[in-house]
Amino acid sequence: MTARVGVITFPGTLDDRDTQRAVRIAGLEPVPLWHRDKDLQQVDAVVLPGGFSYGDYLRAGAISRFSPVMEKVIEGAREGMPVLGICNGFQVLTETHLLPGAMLRNNHLHFICRDQKLRVENAETAWTSDYEVGQEISVPLKNIDGRYVADERTLDMLEAEGRVAFRYVDVNPNGSLRDIAGITNEAGNVVGLMPHPEHAVEPLVGTGRTDGLGFFTSILKKLVSV
Amino acid sequence: MTLDTVKHAGETPDTDQPWAELGLKPDEYERIREILGRRPTGAELAMYSVMWSEHCSYKSSKVHLRQFGEKVPANDAMLVGIGENAGVVDVGQGYAVTFKVESHNHPSYIEPYQGAATGIGGIVRDILAMGARPVAVMDPLRFGAADHPDTKRVLPGVVAGIGGYGNCLGLPNIGGEVVFDACYQGNPLVNALCVGVMKHEDIHLAKASGAGNKVILYGARTGGDGIGGVSVLASETFDSTGPAKRPAVQVGDPFQEKLLIECTLEIFREDLVDGIQDLGGAGLSCATSELASAGSGGMRVELDTVPLRDSSLSPEEILMSESQERMCAVVEPGKVERFMEICEKWDVIATVIGEVTDGERLEIFWHGEQIVDVPPRTVAHEGPVYERPYARPDWQDALQADDANKLPRPATAEELRAQVLKVVASPNQASKSWITDQYDRFVQGNTILSQPEDSGMVRIDEETNLGVAVATDGNGRYTKLDPYTGAQLALAESYRNVAASGARPLAISNCLNFGSPEDPAVMWQFAEATRGLADGCLELGTPVTGGNVSLYNQTGETAIHPTPVVAVLGVIDDVERRTPIAFAEEGQLLYLLGDTAEELGGSAWSQVIHDHLGGLPPKVDLGREKLLGEILISASRDGMADAAHDLSDGGLIQALVESCLRGGKGARIVVPDGMDPFVFLFSESAGRALVSVPRSEELRFTDMCGARGLPATRVGVVDGEEIAIQGQFSIPLAELREAHEATIPALLV
Repeated sequence: MTARVGVITFPGTLDDRDTQRAVRIAGLEPVPLWHRDKDLQQVDAVVLPGGFSYGDYLRAGAISRFSPVMEKVIEGAREGMPVLGICNGFQVLTETHLLPGAMLRNNHLHFICRDQKLRVENAETAWTSDYEVGQEISVPLKNIDGRYVADERTLDMLEAEGRVAFRYVDVNPNGSLRDIAGITNEAGNVVGLMPHPEHAVEPLVGTGRTDGLGFFTSILKKLVSV
Repeated sequence: MTLDTVKHAGETPDTDQPWAELGLKPDEYERIREILGRRPTGAELAMYSVMWSEHCSYKSSKVHLRQFGEKVPANDAMLVGIGENAGVVDVGQGYAVTFKVESHNHPSYIEPYQGAATGIGGIVRDILAMGARPVAVMDPLRFGAADHPDTKRVLPGVVAGIGGYGNCLGLPNIGGEVVFDACYQGNPLVNALCVGVMKHEDIHLAKASGAGNKVILYGARTGGDGIGGVSVLASETFDSTGPAKRPAVQVGDPFQEKLLIECTLEIFREDLVDGIQDLGGAGLSCATSELASAGSGGMRVELDTVPLRDSSLSPEEILMSESQERMCAVVEPGKVERFMEICEKWDVIATVIGEVTDGERLEIFWHGEQIVDVPPRTVAHEGPVYERPYARPDWQDALQADDANKLPRPATAEELRAQVLKVVASPNQASKSWITDQYDRFVQGNTILSQPEDSGMVRIDEETNLGVAVATDGNGRYTKLDPYTGAQLALAESYRNVAASGARPLAISNCLNFGSPEDPAVMWQFAEATRGLADGCLELGTPVTGGNVSLYNQTGETAIHPTPVVAVLGVIDDVERRTPIAFAEEGQLLYLLGDTAEELGGSAWSQVIHDHLGGLPPKVDLGREKLLGEILISASRDGMADAAHDLSDGGLIQALVESCLRGGKGARIVVPDGMDPFVFLFSESAGRALVSVPRSEELRFTDMCGARGLPATRVGVVDGEEIAIQGQFSIPLAELREAHEATIPALLV
């Protein structure tokens, strides 16, 4: 039996079906979760996919953070359940304070869609163990509010604790501080990043690379070996 | 103010009515009185005025558009033809694909962001209303001169609007066009295309049948935006209880539209609707009259039940409002409860506003009093039809006599090199990635090809790898020189683009952008272009599934270039076999397919180097296009070509530069014996493509071309880091990339 990964759909979520596909391709069982759900149907891990939940109104992720399902996600995350937030999902995770910092509008003020090179900085989290530190991967990036910011003390702490999970390489596409593309919590079970690994899991579509598959195979190994 | 009821209208036949301010002609107003046997009420007048507008009734274009229904090629792919929200085509394996291209030109000039955004919203709802999940969008765009100050206002707004709305819907934007020409100054063309996919059994139609069935309005509340967007509305028209002047441009909310999409698809999955229609131009007037007109009975609507954003709206304003993100469904009484539950799940407001009756009238009530009592067909489908006078303009001969082939040409290899760089860096030929990188092309995870490829391609079945490809093309310069040929060239180019990427062209949609139909010269351009397009579709075997006409694209006496935009849809059985444009494998052989003649009329070279428009456009040979298409599809299917790029504006050199830059590899090119190097590089002869063939496949490929009678000339090899034209010049890829990619950002940043 394989592990079950919940994929949450908020109103305005866009990449839920794509994330379910990525989970399936990695050999896991995707479980669709609805933002009004009050239980997580005993899933082993949760992904918060990208999109524009609640139209990004007020502030990206600010309203979804109060969805009934998020109470359970926060609870689970504190108990060690693996949680991955991609793009808008990352924004929701910062709004819940499961991850520190915030995302501002890109420094060039435009939406940007590009094939983005990243460097893996931490290969010990629940979602990155199938990568190696220093490995460079390319996955699509697409957002308008992608500029990661935090105060200097938080940034120093993230660096010191090895909690910067991914950094932008070659091009910093949005002005993120210290080229940060993704981070993890102290325990390493919660990871958030702006680029989209779920769009880089098949050689035929998108950029034609499968560099994002490692997120999902990492979690498969973690959950199935437990 | 007294409510202008049907009864009141009957009692006050001599009341002065503002039909002229609403854009109706005297004889049109008379006809309404004849149909009703009395004067229309204010609400009826509002409905007729918007539904009989040029935009909704096609009154000037109808007599010409009929050809698309008459000259229909034998093609068993058509499932739903012209007249519905969008046409539907069978693509095999039980799948049906619906697609359509529409204009949102005028609003996008007035308010670029919202105009372009709601253009996407409208076409997406058309596709959704057919029962399909929208899977991709594309935007053919045309702006004034690239360096004109107003282009800096219009273009960034349009691009941000398309991105802001489309990205938020989760629809990959997989292609389109960006063209600059002074003729579009003040009249930018913002066309939008959407593709949707469903199973055959999921096709839905816009009709209201079954007495007792409920009419449900769902989606956004109705506001005062977009009133009279399709016609000309003076708001003094209606008495003063409602707010006065209303903006004619709608305001979009993509989040609401995304909810509407998911909600509607869930409603379809549970088979809860009998008929469905989106609310776009002419709003509720259009939805109620079209549903009732196409169905078997009548319809009764309680207009005061419509949820409003602004409670002061008058009934006339509610009927004409073009507020976005609304749909209208006809639902059996037993299914209403479940329908409402699904809407509640998605936080979508839904209201029963009326029901289908066994009568023949569309009846609308306002707090119990009847304000509309009309035969729906007379509103929706039996509007006025004009045989507008048309005449070949007196300047056409002089324009055609001004032969571009006689323009001064580069005298030296050095000059030729400089002109190549100038052309590929010109705004029309330059890379558009600064624009298209503001659109999400990856969402949904099915994008196989997207801009700058020849066509956009998406996978529609993960198991079988079935996919569809779409390309849009139009060339106003060619069409100005010869409207009949220009329209066929747009068709041919789009067809070629789809075939070059390996897909088999099936059907087309079109967006016909022209000046004022009241000008006989414009009407002649329109008549010629539609005739050319209809003849072309018949010959290529690709029926017209639907489309849109946008007239009055002109400022004062000056019309835009006649600009028919053609979208061709193709199918590919296995997307793994798609052919990209990138020359990526060193040592592969480059073959030029087709014949190159001296054809520079309307060319990019004549525009960039000489600012010239004259002569004749390239000749069209649709038989040859078909053959070329078959060769390209076979080469793709049988693995004989690793890359292919159609030749169109900018000629061979443009295609070569794009393919080399895309693949990051250079090429060594030999000018064929007896060919003038300048003509070889810049001629825009139609029916040509440049193909990259692996050496192991060369014999098989040339045998195939030979056996089928398609000229195939070996012109070079993929090699190195520069484009070298033997005996002429060479340009490093880095220099070409800088020239090709720096132009657009420099213009707009």
